[in-house]
Amino acid sequence: MNPGRPITEEDFQAYVDHALDERRQEEVEEYLSTHPDAARRVAAYTAQREALRAALAPIAEEPVPDRLNLARLVEARQHRQARSWLSVPGAGPWRTIAAAVALVLIGGAGGWSMHGITAGKASMNPESMLTQEAMDNYRVYAADAVRPVEMHAGEQEQLLRWVSQRLDRKVAVPDLSASGYRFMGGRLVATAHGPGAMFFYDDSSGNRIAMLVRPMKQDGDAPMTEHQKDDVGGVTWCNRGMGYSLVADASAQALHPLADEARRQLRTKI
Amino acid sequence: MNDMMLLIEPLIPPLRRYARALVKDHATADDLVQDCLERAITRWHQRRQDGDARTWLFTILHNLAVSHMRQNRRRGSHVTLDDGVDEAMIARPATQEDALHHADVMQALQTLPEDQRSVLLLVSVEDLTYAEAARVLDIPIGTVMSRLARAREKLLRKMEGAPAQEAAKGGATIHRPVFGAGIFRRVK
Repeated sequence: MNPGRPITEEDFQAYVDHALDERRQEEVEEYLSTHPDAARRVAAYTAQREALRAALAPIAEEPVPDRLNLARLVEARQHRQARSWLSVPGAGPWRTIAAAVALVLIGGAGGWSMHGITAGKASMNPESMLTQEAMDNYRVYAADAVRPVEMHAGEQEQLLRWVSQRLDRKVAVPDLSASGYRFMGGRLVATAHGPGAMFFYDDSSGNRIAMLVRPMKQDGDAPMTEHQKDDVGGVTWCNRGMGYSLVADASAQALHPLADEARRQLRTKI
Repeated sequence: MNDMMLLIEPLIPPLRRYARALVKDHATADDLVQDCLERAITRWHQRRQDGDARTWLFTILHNLAVSHMRQNRRRGSHVTLDDGVDEAMIARPATQEDALHHADVMQALQTLPEDQRSVLLLVSVEDLTYAEAARVLDIPIGTVMSRLARAREKLLRKMEGAPAQEAAKGGATIHRPVFGAGIFRRVK
């Protein structure tokens, strides 16, 4: 009666959903033609499927409400980003104070609590740790209205000599002026993994982005990853054992093209 | 940005339909869709390039809806989502085939447990393949199939207001599979 494999419950379901190939469908139909109870059940499932679709179809035909208008949602998001960019200089003093207080608390607590912090960090991957360090330093220095950098753009050569010596690696600075970001200068910063070099850029409105560079424990490359912590976004990657994290008071997504450009230049410079 | 618009835009009506069928309340359903779209916009570049946008969006929406329903259930407001609902309150005997009215279907649908309802909606209404539904729900395909069978059988009983005999008395040759064990018994 049934030439092929035995008909299963799965076949009935797939029959209802038009998910069987032609041959199997014929086999199921043949089975149903001689099994009226199964046929009734399958017919009922089919009717049920049609009823569900008919009952729910009107929802998909309703005009999409304004708040679900995709163009609007995209626009609203860009607007929010623009606002958070602009908030960098204005938020200066408070953010600096908050970050400084946080650093003092971490530094002062020492002992047991420090143990907890390092234990917690052990579960983070190297790129996340680098990003965290970049964000922490960004919060402290980019918000500093008076002296965000230790050495200015005019002293680029000395700056690079200094940080290359401290990092014991050749360090280079990408030029982001084509993307509208002027190199401000840089400084040596402290990280949980030794010294790092941090370079700062700003645009014509004074929005600041920064890039932290430090050697990674492991040689080799790591692809770009995006990170977001509150308002600060970061894009992080590794190239031949050097870790780079570009951070700013913006979404990581918005930073991505800048990171691409920086990585492209750094590959040719180093 | 443009390909995102092109891919997501046509999915908004189906997403609204799925959300509404899951949580029923219109405003809440659209809240979930809005949340879903905002996430999709933010994470567009993070989605798996080999995955398709529809499955991805349904996954985001489904997860949002489930966590919303769980929160609500913890607050005790959505009793009807539970399996142990008083069936007599909702089931009404149908006198004829035509009794599959929209309101009845929707009402019966709400009595299904959430996991069965999702499968039924994704497959029957949204036309996802079994494999796509499995990805959205993060369960094996076999589980999709068994939940689907259980959902259909349960909905059928609700709609017909009949006891579970219908399928079981399927003559000498057909046996109802042991769904609870996730096994499909072969029939021949």
